[in-house]
Amino acid sequence: MSQALPLNTHSSPHLRIQDLNVWYETNHALRGIYAEIPTFGITAIIGPSGCGKTTLLRSLNRLLEEGEGIRVKGQVWLNEVDIYDRVMDLNELRTRVGLLAPKPYPLPLSIYENVAYGRRIHGLDVLDKGNGRNLDRKVEHYLRTAGLWEEVKDRLKAPASALSTGQQQRLCLARALAVEPEILLCDEPTSALDPISAQGIEEQLITLKENTTIVIVTHLLRQASRMADYVIFLWMGELVECGPAKELFKNPKDSRTQAYLMGKIG
Amino acid sequence: MLIKQKLEESFFKILMVISTIFVLGSLLLILGTVLWRGLPALDLAMLTQAPQGGYYLGKEGGILNAILGSLCLAGGATIVAVILSLPIALYLQLYPVPHFTKNWIRLSLDILWGTPSIVYGAIGFTLMIYLGMRASLLGGIIVLSLLELPIMVRGMEEAVSMVPKALLESSYSLGATRFETAFKVVVRQTLPGLITAILLAFGRGIGDAASVLFTAGYTDNLPTSLLRPVASLPLAVFFQLGTPFPAVQDRAYAAALVLIVLVLGLSITSRLLSTRFTKNIIR
Repeated sequence: MSQALPLNTHSSPHLRIQDLNVWYETNHALRGIYAEIPTFGITAIIGPSGCGKTTLLRSLNRLLEEGEGIRVKGQVWLNEVDIYDRVMDLNELRTRVGLLAPKPYPLPLSIYENVAYGRRIHGLDVLDKGNGRNLDRKVEHYLRTAGLWEEVKDRLKAPASALSTGQQQRLCLARALAVEPEILLCDEPTSALDPISAQGIEEQLITLKENTTIVIVTHLLRQASRMADYVIFLWMGELVECGPAKELFKNPKDSRTQAYLMGKIG
Repeated sequence: MLIKQKLEESFFKILMVISTIFVLGSLLLILGTVLWRGLPALDLAMLTQAPQGGYYLGKEGGILNAILGSLCLAGGATIVAVILSLPIALYLQLYPVPHFTKNWIRLSLDILWGTPSIVYGAIGFTLMIYLGMRASLLGGIIVLSLLELPIMVRGMEEAVSMVPKALLESSYSLGATRFETAFKVVVRQTLPGLITAILLAFGRGIGDAASVLFTAGYTDNLPTSLLRPVASLPLAVFFQLGTPFPAVQDRAYAAALVLIVLVLGLSITSRLLSTRFTKNIIR
């Protein structure tokens, strides 16, 4: 099992995964994962279907535990705090570590309220209200960041369900960003989208990586090579290799990584 | 196609048509009888007056006491039942309740559902005697709300279970608590289902005679106090049918007609109203 290589020695990792194990009932789905996810930039988790990519991603905001019969052992350090510590507040964790799901699920609210939802439940809207129409401005800001503002600015009160799938995914991005997460987890965020919408999402994520840590799960090697700064390769629940994207794609050390990258397995 | 397959196909087709005709026919038969015997007896006085002297002998008066009584009983019971049912349904579906506990709660509700309503009435009556209470609107509301509870919880639970897991997770992953998710997302998303559950329960409550017989009593006066007896439409039907006068028996059918129209009218209005609040639902 390989140890993580730090991306650059100047900044400390944002997340440090230490001996993480996950079981679904008796199936040992993740086996002793050690990895470091660098601050800012895009980290891609790649590997064939069923290798534990999504499991690893969902263990980072502990959404994994919403399922039944799941057991997690190990530590994930977020800025020197173990998120699996008993004192960890799950709602605070999930506010700081946001998620973009594979298929967009807008909330049963208007377009405006979808973006405002997170700010309202965290009381951020009270700060917003202090200054006149600040919540409106925030909603506009995040819709712009997600590249959706121009298409919806005249129908903010319309139901979010009326948007196209591509627009819904950008709305979900705006909604996730509105609670100001420091890390954004993306679980195959373009898998339900047409190529044009997918490209849009990719571009937004690349802009966001300047000041947000992004972790993306993808089964598309081309997507990973387009976007990633750092890559984690999983195989059958084990971390085989991880490192800076350029290095890993050019000179994979492990024979399984080589075979996967050349399309011989997975 | 084989002969056997053809026979099977046509046999089941015929069976389905017969069952449908049977169900629709029963409904039409009931509606027809009630309309045919009740409509001629129905006049404005029946809807606007309480029984006057000699009403049960066929003289003037109406069943306003029973109409208002039934609305108070079933309306009150439905409000109490909603307050109790919604948290149970949300708890069972959204919170990590152990399977053992869940199964026991469901089994208890199913047993309650299957309990004959006269048993509710008898138990309510026994308890009321023990507490020194008289037959009253309050007693009727309490017993009816227990009668409505199981049907409402199971209906609501069914509706809540249809919410996609990914929708719940998208709320959790914004840092929302289960409570916030339940009331801000799930209730909005499942409103039509919740309303159906409430209407089913209301229908059962307003149509039940046996459970209010001992607990709410009967009176010719309009309902004025929670602690006084009230009349109800099912009992109005029962008592009037029991008289030997055909004119009074026809009024029983008229009372039944009023009951049906009340339930139907409420269903239609609440469905029309609910579309106003469901435009944001994710399909």
